Amino acid sequence: MLTLTCPCCGTTAEETEFAPGGEAHLKRVGPGSDDAAFEEYMFLRENPKGVHFERWRHAYGCGKWFHAARCTVTMDVFGTYSAQVTEPPQEIRDRISARRPGWSWREFA
Amino acid sequence: MAEATIREAGPVGMVTFRGDLGAEPVQRALGEVAGLDLPERGRAAIGARTLLWMSPDELMLVCDRGEAGALAADLSARLDGVHHLALDISDARTVLVVEGAVREVLAKLAPVDLHPSVFPVGAFRRTRLNQVAAAFWLVSETEARVICFRSVAEYVRKLLDISAEAPVAGLYD
Ligand SMILES: [Zn+2]
Repeated sequence: MLTLTCPCCGTTAEETEFAPGGEAHLKRVGPGSDDAAFEEYMFLRENPKGVHFERWRHAYGCGKWFHAARCTVTMDVFGTYSAQVTEPPQEIRDRISARRPGWSWREFA
Repeated sequence: MAEATIREAGPVGMVTFRGDLGAEPVQRALGEVAGLDLPERGRAAIGARTLLWMSPDELMLVCDRGEAGALAADLSARLDGVHHLALDISDARTVLVVEGAVREVLAKLAPVDLHPSVFPVGAFRRTRLNQVAAAFWLVSETEARVICFRSVAEYVRKLLDISAEAPVAGLYD
């Protein structure tokens, strides 16, 4: 079971206190995009064995959204961070690099 | 023998407040209207009334049922021109009083570490009790207050009753 720390209220709890919100850092493509780009945005998701980035909501707690970086194999949580960013903060990337050298995920590494 | 007794607190006033809790006018208005220092993150400020830390931009003022409307109006009057929400929501939730081995009774229902070193008297936590959202705070080592939506109050009451039936395991002695 995952243990997450909500960066909004500071509470550390196991995953049943949270609600998963799917993949992190999706970039919306809007009107005028071609079908392939819209398909990519709407339907295609990463399914990594290892480092992954997700959105979570502290549903039973403070109610706020946040981001989490974790490993899908070991349930390690590398860190949680603000929902108000479009890419993982350097501090989080450094922490992942220390544990999983050479990692990459979408355009991030 | 049951390890705790559970009862409804009866009519309780609850005023929800949302706004920038770090802003000086907000802190002053809340402090003066509630008659309390604002609670730290994850804490309840307990006095004649109680202020609960609900989220980074939300507090709940627990008061007498009859004064909730006036306190909400007083907050809004003092914060005229300041972005905020102050509303009497007393009808939304029920308050339950748990007395006895409260740590064990709650620990069986919530994914919360209730050890005194982690969750001291005065700590407040929004979480779940089995399948529904609820929150609780410790008034003392032997008394906890639980709030939940009124629509699930009977369920929560029964959860607590069942949890209190089992003998004390001595987890927190
Ligand atoms: Zn939270």
